[in-house]
Amino acid sequence: MSRLDAKTSERIAFALLGLAALLTVAPIVLIVGVIAAKGGPAVSGEFIFAAPREGMRAGGVWPALVGTLYLTLGTALVAVPLGLAAAVYLSEYAKDNLFTRSIRIAIVNLAGIPSVVYGLFGLALFVLFLRLGSSIAAACLTLSIMTLPVIISTAEEALRAVPQSFRLVSIGVGGTRWQTIRRVVLPQALPGILTGVILGLERAAGETAPILFTGASFFLPALPKSIFDQTMALPYHLFVISTQVPGMPVKIQYGTALVLLVFVLSMNVAATFIRSHYRRRRQW
Amino acid sequence: MGRSRKPSEFAIEALIKASGWSAVVFVLLIFLFLLREGLPTFAEVKLGSLFGLRWYPIEGHFGLVPLVWGSIIVTLGAALIAVPLGVAAALFIAEVAPRWLRELLKPLVEVLAGLPSVVLGFLGVIALAPLVRTSLGVPTGLTTLTGSILLALMALPTIVSVAEDALDAVPKSFRVGSLALGATRWQTIWRTTLPAARSGVLTATMLGIGRAIGETMAVMMVTGNAPQLLLAPRALWSPSRSMTATIAAEMGEVAKGSTHYHVLFTVGLVLFLISFGVNIAASSMLFKSRGGGGRMLS
Repeated sequence: MSRLDAKTSERIAFALLGLAALLTVAPIVLIVGVIAAKGGPAVSGEFIFAAPREGMRAGGVWPALVGTLYLTLGTALVAVPLGLAAAVYLSEYAKDNLFTRSIRIAIVNLAGIPSVVYGLFGLALFVLFLRLGSSIAAACLTLSIMTLPVIISTAEEALRAVPQSFRLVSIGVGGTRWQTIRRVVLPQALPGILTGVILGLERAAGETAPILFTGASFFLPALPKSIFDQTMALPYHLFVISTQVPGMPVKIQYGTALVLLVFVLSMNVAATFIRSHYRRRRQW
Repeated sequence: MGRSRKPSEFAIEALIKASGWSAVVFVLLIFLFLLREGLPTFAEVKLGSLFGLRWYPIEGHFGLVPLVWGSIIVTLGAALIAVPLGVAAALFIAEVAPRWLRELLKPLVEVLAGLPSVVLGFLGVIALAPLVRTSLGVPTGLTTLTGSILLALMALPTIVSVAEDALDAVPKSFRVGSLALGATRWQTIWRTTLPAARSGVLTATMLGIGRAIGETMAVMMVTGNAPQLLLAPRALWSPSRSMTATIAAEMGEVAKGSTHYHVLFTVGLVLFLISFGVNIAASSMLFKSRGGGGRMLS
């Protein structure tokens, strides 16, 4: 058997690699396409702004949509300041020693912990030990800790990308370390930080497992009144209507999936836009 | 440091330093609370019966073996699909594709990473499961294989992006040297670039698998939720039940402080330790190869 000549085997190999890339992205296009096509006709003003009716087999998704908005904002309120401060510490203060390395290992591990384990942790610490009950507050705190590693690592990357000369000039004209960070480094790194924050929150908005036992409610006719109430949430609602309610109209299922997808992917698009827009305008 | 600082500035810097430690504090807190709620298991259930082959909490059977087996099989199936596909796709994006195609493929892979798992689970139930049922001729489409396919989709973005970063990090001089010796582009990729990036590619694989083991919603929705022990090939087209799905499905209904409740926390503890092991191994490999690790987290 004669061996294939180098040119032919290259052509075959490249074709196979291309096929693999196609197989990787084709499902994405298919998934988004199918949900848009089948969910599109279901989504109307009434579908978005009405509560579910008749055992969820009619009506809309309003309480779930608002609940997911609350959860996302609440998560941002906790995770953004904490994550940003941690990133500033790692990029501007921390020395390269054993302590810093243990922080990095902790961040990597935090990112790898399964989402349902966050749910268990939130149940044990926030719901039961701190007596917050199953509530928006407990769910937001749980989601914040889950989001933290993404925010820290992307924000740190953005801070490190600011050239050292910017800091030296600021210190040189008499700025203190904190003044340098606040007036020079943070503003320069802002677009990168924002991108990371949005990507982190995108994940929080789409998660179901961490809120299962910490704050998500099967069905609530009214919107929550305080952060100590339970709330409906889009991902959990989709889970419920696609597995727990018999005789659910397919149209409503696809409609709900579409609303969730638009909510999450619009954050993705925003992050991509910010990144490409500011990369072009950057002066360094 | 001789410069005088205002007290407010001092306070802010103290806060920043405290926040720097938050990740360590949270990892410890998570571990502590899993221990706190999980350890009573070992007083309530005999160690031997935790290694039992039956998970049937209502009758007091808390054998973890079928759940661990379920997780292994569904993850193995996902890895068989996602690892070759992901590494090949990363090679295509990093080494073969022209620039415009690269700029098109990368954001698409990022979109896949952003898809909520419950959306994939929903499509799995409504579209993939019937397809699996008719094409395999099995009584139900809610099988381990269905879960594996969805998990592969969820592990792919991690594998592609981490592997692609590793390939990008290979110095250009390696490729130029190989091409100058008369190798074709494919020979260069296969014999030079890929071996040079192997630790990064291995890291990508491990992180992808780590993500698959921890996935919950999609797996719970499509694997049929039957904790059973079957041998490898048959287990793929039968229903199964992973550790994550067990926690998610049962925690809502157990009484707080009951044995069942404590055992579910023990399952969580096992998952925590698995992800800890995977991540320590993956990050030590990455730290060794280039002293960083930022992209591991995306």
